[in-house]
Order: sequence, then structure tokens, then C-alpha cells
Amino acid sequence: MTITPDQIASHGLSPDEYSRILELIGREPTLTELGIFSVMWSEHCSYKSSRIHLKNFPTKGPQVLQGPGENAGIVDIGDGDAIAFKMESHNHPSYIEPYQGAATGVGGILRDVFTMGARPIANLNSLRFGEPSHPKTAHLVRGVVAGIGGYGNCVGVPTVAGEIYFDACYNGNILVNAMTVGHVRQDEIFRGFASGVGNPVIYVGSKTGRDGIHGATMASDVFDDASDEKRPTVQVGDPFTEKLLLEACIEAMKTGAIVGIQDMGAAGLTSSSFEMASRAGTGIVMDLDKVPNREPGMTAYELMLSESQERMLMVVTKGRESEILEVFEKWELDASIVGEVTNDGRMKIIHHGEAVVDLPVAPLADAAPLYDRPRQKPEWLDALNNAAPVQKTYSDWNAILLQMMGSANLCSRAWVYEQYDQSVGANTVTLPGSDSAVVRVDGTKKAVATAVDCNSRYCYLDPYWGGAHTLAECARNVSCSGALPLAATDCLNFGNPERPEIMWQFERAVAGVSDACRELNVPIVSGNVSLYNESVGSAIYPTPTIGVVGLLKDVSRHVTSHFQKKGDVVILLGGNELSLGGSEFAWVMEKRVAGRPPVLDLKLEKNVQALLREWIAQGKLLSAHDVSDGGIAVALAECCFKNELGAQIELKFDDPMMGLFGEGGSRIIITCERDSVTKLFDHAKKMGVPALPVGIVGGTHLKIGKSINVEVAALKHEWSNGFSNVVGKE
Amino acid sequence: MKVGVITFPASNCDQDCVSAVKRMGASVVSLWHRDASVQDVDAVIIPGGFSYGDYLRCGAMAAHSPIMAAVKQFAAKGGRVLGICNGFQILTESGLLPGVLMRNAHLKFVCRTVAVKIVNTQTAVTSRYKSGQILQMPVAHMEGNYFADATTLATLKKNNQIVFQYADGQNPNGAIDNIAGICNEARNVVGLMPHPERVCDPLLGGTDGVELFKALLQ
Repeated sequence: MTITPDQIASHGLSPDEYSRILELIGREPTLTELGIFSVMWSEHCSYKSSRIHLKNFPTKGPQVLQGPGENAGIVDIGDGDAIAFKMESHNHPSYIEPYQGAATGVGGILRDVFTMGARPIANLNSLRFGEPSHPKTAHLVRGVVAGIGGYGNCVGVPTVAGEIYFDACYNGNILVNAMTVGHVRQDEIFRGFASGVGNPVIYVGSKTGRDGIHGATMASDVFDDASDEKRPTVQVGDPFTEKLLLEACIEAMKTGAIVGIQDMGAAGLTSSSFEMASRAGTGIVMDLDKVPNREPGMTAYELMLSESQERMLMVVTKGRESEILEVFEKWELDASIVGEVTNDGRMKIIHHGEAVVDLPVAPLADAAPLYDRPRQKPEWLDALNNAAPVQKTYSDWNAILLQMMGSANLCSRAWVYEQYDQSVGANTVTLPGSDSAVVRVDGTKKAVATAVDCNSRYCYLDPYWGGAHTLAECARNVSCSGALPLAATDCLNFGNPERPEIMWQFERAVAGVSDACRELNVPIVSGNVSLYNESVGSAIYPTPTIGVVGLLKDVSRHVTSHFQKKGDVVILLGGNELSLGGSEFAWVMEKRVAGRPPVLDLKLEKNVQALLREWIAQGKLLSAHDVSDGGIAVALAECCFKNELGAQIELKFDDPMMGLFGEGGSRIIITCERDSVTKLFDHAKKMGVPALPVGIVGGTHLKIGKSINVEVAALKHEWSNGFSNVVGKE
Repeated sequence: MKVGVITFPASNCDQDCVSAVKRMGASVVSLWHRDASVQDVDAVIIPGGFSYGDYLRCGAMAAHSPIMAAVKQFAAKGGRVLGICNGFQILTESGLLPGVLMRNAHLKFVCRTVAVKIVNTQTAVTSRYKSGQILQMPVAHMEGNYFADATTLATLKKNNQIVFQYADGQNPNGAIDNIAGICNEARNVVGLMPHPERVCDPLLGGTDGVELFKALLQ
């Protein structure tokens, strides 16, 4: 048979790429082979547009045990313990089918972590939806949140932190980024290597069905009005099987018989087999008749490209197969020897006794196309940067603060996180609602603090500084619990890379994140790129989501963001360079995104965070809260809610709008006992970190200078009920 | 003192219960859903989770597992049985406790700390609390909306079988009469929706569950 130009196009391959295939294999591919090239060379799997820029990320450090390129990154937390973590997007499927799209996003990232031998101890997520008033938003929010909960709750991994933002730029293209953090002993780490010629290849987990075929290719496409027709490419999750697979894999790993293991994620059996063979420099011969399947009559093409969930591929020491098969029998999961490792560097697939695939492994996995796509600063950007951040004048600051606290991006997220089991596992020390979650490492006095962040409006106005702010803020949130940020994972959500302005945003954002990583000593150890986040020609804001994991050596020395008791002294630590460009104030009051984001002094940022951590470790602080979206007025209100404590704050500013709601980096509200104040100030002065005593905790009202005097109960009421404006009253 | 903790496929609070029991100084026997005996344990805990994926109906399939046949025999002889969350659902599905746990009234999963009142101190797990004492415990469930018909409810009240009630205004799931947990007539089998095993460590925000496990181990 002959491959037609239509088939090439429908596989998302360019004519150039097809020529490259012909050159590589010296003949016309079979249809199955064409499908394999299509998924392996999709943007989603090959990073063909982004790889050239991702090289700029710092990825090394003494704490890094595993950097990018594996299923998850791993950092050293001492005493032979390590933390594996990664974030991944499931944007396109979640827009088409919110519950299953989000659920399988969680499932996929959990597998990426436990395939490394790590037991997942925390889930996080970063969500972006369209305007609250958009007719689809409430439906999508409800579906995505229920899907994340439905999956993670069943598997028994607490969902401990996250973020959720609304903006019109996500109306037709929501973002669902899921992150998992796992604990592993350093001598029990597994990797995805198909090593040892003659070793059997074992397929374990769910049976293969026709679901999700070409999901990776879909994820590399822009949305149009026919996107609903792509519903069949969204996979369906089964968290029950995932839980069994998790327990069975960890039990099987303990036998010592597993050589390498990898999740069958995007591009299923294809990517797992090719990547494992590629890493080990080997080949694999596989018989598809041995693959457990859900329905008869599946073709080789379908079996190789299916994205059925809850499946793993492993390579086992020859002669020890039965030890593995027994474990999976105990957990009532399929396990089947489907092939073996060879030394010829080729992937040979047999179906019904016929060779349907015979391809060299290395070119598919490693020599995927690499594009240095044209980049061009958007012509509209200078004018936008030079425009006034805010156009009107304001005076009733009490009313404005009440309005801000109830707004979609600032109000309480309890509606969301109460649908997630936050404490299963009995290790969650700090629940959602503080700056970062703290999860104890079971059986130790250590804990990890973790957070996810992205300020996409800043990234839109200035992708470089937006990227730097995002990394800095995420690290700051981790530092606010007292933990030392060790490393980061990223999920880079952008528009169509074939448009020069999108590629410019991408390159600048990666540069900004990279520079902040270097300065703050937080290397990137894993990540994911999601491009083509556009619908009907309009791209999302650049959204390089960052997740940071930090270490608390002594979990008893941590703080939360909440004011603790009457009489405590409130101090503002750090910078005072403010801007209303891209601020929450401008968005709430005027739906306006203009001007320049605040400047960020990375040296100051580093010193502020270091000093903060030192004080928390010494037990000198009672609370710490990052001042970010909404400025200091909003941050102070947030500190009041949990324990329903007011505060009396004296802040000097000429312009209340800027003073109350202006945003800037490197700013933290801390509280301490009255008698520690002098020593802390002396120390801050010595370290060159600005520190300003601004007030006292107590009373029923939040008072800020002459501008704000409003009852905490009233603020909390607006804040607590704000989310019902998005999802409707219950 | 030996406590058996059952693991069903997709139990996910089993290790949390194991930790809580060990914290109290008792030893743990891990029981598997296919076991036909509870061995020589002094008490059995049926932990939370999603046994058999909660497919069909929460607890319905677990109720027919070999281990539950053994638990029924154990309970009939007066053995102490505690079911938490999914464990409570399994106990009602097994007929060891009356009533049913329906989907939450608001149709969403709910995880939050709620105030729970001790109503009956004469059971296997509440003997160390005072009547009317308020405990802070997290709930985490999709199907915790306890329901029983009028006759059953009247019997529960007459026999003082309501053990835990959500404090006023704290009912997270629409349960009838704010019921958070009940016991059988003999008071040796107790089921509750909140998770006492998650509040046995001050680091995790509370120790209100400690006395419950101590009572079970007495």
C-alpha cells in the first residue's frame, strides 16, 4: 500500500518531516510506522519547537539526583531520602471533557512519579479558566475539580496545594497542570532503561482499548469549532486500577527483579518502548498478540497508539519473571510478557505472526526534528507597556478592598480544595490555604514544602520578568513555610509556536525563569511543554507554571501565613518597588492588563528569602505571608482570616492606590513576639534587607493608615462567598 | 493487644490506621481481603478508602469478601470492630450496622475538619470520652449522608446507638439527625464517617482521636 499526502497531513506531519522519514528508513513506512513517527515526532512527545530553548534551564546542583529526561526529577533531602516530582499539562483533553481530562492528567503524573520507585505523598494543581461570566466556565470548573478529586482521592494521595485563576484569554483554552511529589529511598530509585539483552519485557496494568488514539497529536493542535468532535481521543481514567498498579509496582520493585520501568503515558506503548530502548541503547522485539486487550480485532496501529490509562512497561531480569507475575496476580492485574530486549538497536513489532514495524530506535527517540522557529517581539507590546496601568481615579478604599476580597482571583478557594482529600496519608502538616503546603516525610522529622505559581499577566506584559517573578514567587512561597527551595518543575503553556510572537514569548519566559533559577539556586529537574494553546486564532497569555519543592529539616520549625495572636508585631520584610501594571487591582476594577510588571531585584529576593528561612528555623517568627496578587492590603486581609484576628497597620504612602494595591516582588509580611523585634531589626540591617515595623495584630478590624478601616468579619464574608459568583450558589 | 487492620483493593487509610494503632503501643496484624480468618486479634479496624473502587456502591463488594465473613463471626462473638469512612459503609452493607450512607446532599466530595459531638460513651471506642464532648476531626468522603427509615431511626435512639453527631451547623453531608457514627445493639461494632486516625499527632493539627484508639485497645 502507499502512504498518501492526506494520510501524512492527518498524522500532523509536514512534507519535510515525511521526507526525513523516507530518508531515515530507506523505504516507505507502513501505516503503523507512520502512526509511530506521528506521535513520537509530535510537539507533545518530541519538544521539537521548544528543545532548543529548554537547554537554557539550569538543571544541575549537588542536590539534584535526577534532572530532566527521565519520568520525573529527583532531589536529595538527606539521610538517604529523596523526593521525585514533576508537573504535566492536560489542557486540551480537559477542555473537551473536563472530568476525564483532569482525572487522567492526575493519573498520568502519579505514574510518572511512582514509576521512579517513589510513593506519591502529595498532589498539586495549577488551573486557568476563562472569565467567570463566560457560559462554559462554571461547567469546566466543576468538571475539572471533580475529576482531580475523583482520581487523587481514590488513589489515596492528598491534594495539598494549588492555584486557580480566571481570565478571558483562557475562555477557549483552559489550563490543567497537575503535579505529584513522591518520596523514595535513594538506593531504591528506578529508571526507564530497557537494559540487558535477552531480558523479558513485561506489560502490566489495564488492558489496551481503542481510547485515546492520537491524544499526543491532538495535544499538538490548535482548537477550532470542531474540537468537540475530538472527544473520543480523550482517555477515561480508572483510579481504582491506578491504586492497585501503584501498590503492585512498589511491591514488585521490592523483589529486585525489575531492571527498568516506564509509564505508558502519551503515545502509550510506542513512547514507553522506544524511550526505554533509546536510553539503554538497545532494541526490543515485541509481539502484539501478547498485549492484553479490551476488545478483539484491534489493529497493530491501534495497539501501538492507544493511550489507555493505568499501564506500565517493565524490563525484568531474565529468569525472575515469575516473581513479578505473582505480585500482579495478587493485585488482580494483567501482566504479560510481550517481548524481549535485543542488541540490534531496532524496534521490531510482530502482529499475527507478521512484522508490522521494523524501525531504528535512536532516530525516532533522539533525532526527532529540532526547530529554531522564528521569533519576533509582538508589535503591539511597546504601546501596551507604555499605556497607563489604571485609567480611573478611586477613593473609597474600604469598599474597594471588600470588592477585591470577593473577586474571582482573590477569594477563598475552599470550594475547590474541600473536594480534594487533603489529609489522607496522615502526613499533611500545613493544609491548603497557606503559602505552601507542608507534608511530613513519614517516619522522619523532615518535611517538604511545596507550591505552584504563575503570574501570566506579568508574562503577557513582559515574558522575561514575568517568568522571573513566577519562579521567585514560587520559591518565596516555599520559603514562607521555612523550607529551603531545592528544585523546580515547570509546565510551559503557550500558544502556537509557528507564530513568531509566541516563540518570542516562549524564549523570553524561559530566559526569565532560568535567570531566577540561577540566582536563587533552584534548578529545573523536570517539566513539560504545552504549545498550541489557542482557540479561534487567539492565544492564551504565556503561562509558564512553576512548581517548587523545598526541604524543612525540622518540621517542628515551620510557620503558616496566618496571624497567630493579639499583640504580635507585624513587619514588612523586603522590597518596596511597586507597580500597578498587570495588577489584580487593575483587573478587578477595570479588567485592564497594561503597563509594566513590577521590577524584581533577584539579589534582594535571595537575601530576603534566606533571612526569612533563618528566622523561621530559629523559631523567631509566628507567621509569614508572601505579598503578591492584590498588594499589601489584600495580603494583610488574608493573614487575618484563619484565626479571625484584626490588625492595626501604619503604612506611609502618598498614593493610597499604589500603597495599598501596588504589587512588587520580594515582599513578605511576618509576625513575631514583641520582645524579638529589636534583635530582628538589627539582624536585617546587618544583612542589608529592608524591614519595616508596620503594626500590631489584634482587634476586630483591619486598619491600614487612614485609608482602610473595615471589620475582618465583613472582609471574610466577601472572601468566603466570592467563589459562588463563579460556580453559582449551592 | 493485637489489632487487625484490613486491606481491601484500594483501601487507602489502612497504613494511617496502622500508624495510629502502633502509636498507642499495640501491635498490628495486617489482614488481606481474601483472608478467611481474622487470626487471633483483639479488635478489627476496617479503614477508609475506595474498596473495589467504590464501584457498584460504596462497600457493597467488600461486604461480600472472605474477610468480612470472618469479621461477622468475630463480631457475633463480641469482638470489637471499628469501621472508619469506607469502613462504616462496609459495615452497613454487611448488615453489621443498620442504615445506609448515601451520596452527600450537595453531590460533591467533602474534606474538611468538623466538630463532632460524643453522644454515647458506652461503646468500644468512646469509653474514654465524656458525653457531649466535642472533637475536631476531618471528614473526607463522597457518600457520608447517613440515612435510616423512621422505624430504624427510632430503634437507634431507643437503644442509644447514635454514638457521634455533627455539632449544630457542622453537618457536612446532609446526614439525618446529624448522625456521624453509630454502633450495633451490643456496642462492640462502631462505624463513623470522620477520620480519628488523622488526629492522633499534634503536628498534624490535633489529638482528638487518640482517646478513641486507646479505648479500642483497652
